[in-house]
Amino acid sequence: MGGTWGRFNIAAIVLGFAFLYLPILLLVVYSFNESRLVTVWAGFSTRWYASLLSNDGLMDAAWVTARVAFISATVATVLGTMAAVALTRYTRFRGRLLFSGLIFAPLVMPEVITGLSLLLLFVAVGLDRGFVTVTLAHITFSMCFVAVVVQSRLVSFDRSLEEAAMDLGATPLRAFFQVTLPIIMPAVISGWMLAFTLSLDDLVIASFTSGPGATTLPMKIYSQVRLGVTPEINAVSTILIGIVALGVIAASIVNKRRDVLRRREENLARERGEG
Amino acid sequence: MQSLGSTRRSFAPWADPDAKPYIRFENVTKRFGDFIAVDDLSLTIYEREFFALLGASGCGKTTLLRMLAGFEHPTSGRVLLDGQDLRGVPPYRRPVNMMFQSYALFPHMDVASNIAFGLKQDGMQKGEIAERVAQMLKLVQLEPFAKRRPHQLSGGQRQRVALARSLAKRPKVLLLDEPLGALDKKLREETQFELMDLQHELGLTFIVVTHDQEEAMTMADRIAVMEKGRVMQVATPAEIYEAPASRFVAGFVGSINMFEGVLVKADGGAAEIRDRSGAPLLVGEAPAAAPGGTVWLAVRPEKMRVTRERPPEAANVLEGEIWDIAYLGDMTVYNVKLDDGRIIKASMMNSQRRLEDALTWHDRAWISFPADAGVLLTS
Repeated sequence: MGGTWGRFNIAAIVLGFAFLYLPILLLVVYSFNESRLVTVWAGFSTRWYASLLSNDGLMDAAWVTARVAFISATVATVLGTMAAVALTRYTRFRGRLLFSGLIFAPLVMPEVITGLSLLLLFVAVGLDRGFVTVTLAHITFSMCFVAVVVQSRLVSFDRSLEEAAMDLGATPLRAFFQVTLPIIMPAVISGWMLAFTLSLDDLVIASFTSGPGATTLPMKIYSQVRLGVTPEINAVSTILIGIVALGVIAASIVNKRRDVLRRREENLARERGEG
Repeated sequence: MQSLGSTRRSFAPWADPDAKPYIRFENVTKRFGDFIAVDDLSLTIYEREFFALLGASGCGKTTLLRMLAGFEHPTSGRVLLDGQDLRGVPPYRRPVNMMFQSYALFPHMDVASNIAFGLKQDGMQKGEIAERVAQMLKLVQLEPFAKRRPHQLSGGQRQRVALARSLAKRPKVLLLDEPLGALDKKLREETQFELMDLQHELGLTFIVVTHDQEEAMTMADRIAVMEKGRVMQVATPAEIYEAPASRFVAGFVGSINMFEGVLVKADGGAAEIRDRSGAPLLVGEAPAAAPGGTVWLAVRPEKMRVTRERPPEAANVLEGEIWDIAYLGDMTVYNVKLDDGRIIKASMMNSQRRLEDALTWHDRAWISFPADAGVLLTS
């Protein structure tokens, strides 16, 4: 066993992780820099976090982003789940292939094109660009991600559970809400989280579809960086990284614990034997 | 044909011309694309009957059950329950409940909630639900497990939860799709008797789908043997075994020896056939068939005797060589190779612990059976 950790492997791992995380680490470290100059270290300080709180522009953008992400993720989850159910259930309706193709096309569509076409649409129907249009655009592109995640769960879903519910007197709608939805809930939640993150870090589509008064955080950061990187940007980015990392860690801990608990219970049932 | 007698309680509504049919399939056909799952099938099931649909997988038995539950709809024909045409009645409004092959227990609910699910759908009072759930838990002896989730139970316990859940609403008919398929042999045998007692106690109509002939024979009042979407024979287990209607049924249920021959003489019940080797065989009772036609004489292995000496008074005797012996404890099965190459299977009960002068491999032996041991089949 001991021999498997050769020098080459260790080197590969160190280099790989350095490649992935060195830039982020640098950003985090410099967010605690005392100096106004981003590339010159002048001692530890949290002053940029304090000044961030009084930077109305950045705080407004953060609030807009949070609302857009929350609303668009929620609506996209409802619509995406419905599409996934339709695609797995009604496998023989006319035009199913076309429908599923249309649902998944935005996954591979260049964002610039999605953004541009949405912009053209909003202009054509005379919708003023702002909070509503950004939210609609985010629903559009994150919905298909939710559909993919939920559909992959539904494929392995045992249909006889729904049949059992109906057999016991539940209408199809009740069977869905009382049996199917609770069971596929983990997939629905991860779909929501995916949509939320996608909305959170979208720059391209937001740039096309947003208007005055609805500047999202990525847009704000990008526009400020063009005028030069300030330590405040480092600070806000560090906070974003922290939120995402916390979410990922919490989700994996919850999953792991449920897994362990479940395995223990199953072993217990097996030991107790049949009967 | 004379009655073969019934091994069970005197319950035989099918023999009573005035008995009211409870479930009727009338010329039901079900197609899935080009595949015909059920082919112009008619079947009558009576109230309080324990009815088994027996057949190999793909014979249409599960489709038939699912049509009764409302998950599939006949392409043509009608399904009637207690006189009511079930066309257009959705599954959640049918007074039947089903126990699924996979049990289909709701994994996110504990045992008590699983059992209560159907009662809640009906809007039953909370207190009444609790009472009924407790009653059901007692019925299947799972009281200590009410708060367990399905994955915390053993296979046998899950099976009983599924049973309790499907019985909780007191359905008129309980449909069981391979109810014991996932259990090991010993547990399966115990559960068979539990199911029979339960059905008798509750006075319900049970329809069970199974591919296991022993299971069907043990539990059912009547069995429908199915093949390729058709019913080959509907009869009591004893009739299916002792008086199969066709070579298919004879071969499907238990093992059997088939003698192909030509009908030589048939007068007043008794008949004589000449088999392939030219040997005459006597049959006690013969169906109406014209002499000269091809017929098959089917004889079960346990109806035959294997002896070292030629028995003096047997109606039918065949000579051969002991080819194989399978000792099963309660009985011994002999494969005897006749001089024309045919292998005949005969079994003898081991009613004595020690056999003097037992037959062994390559001994010459005689197979004999009386005239009424076999059934003459024309199809």
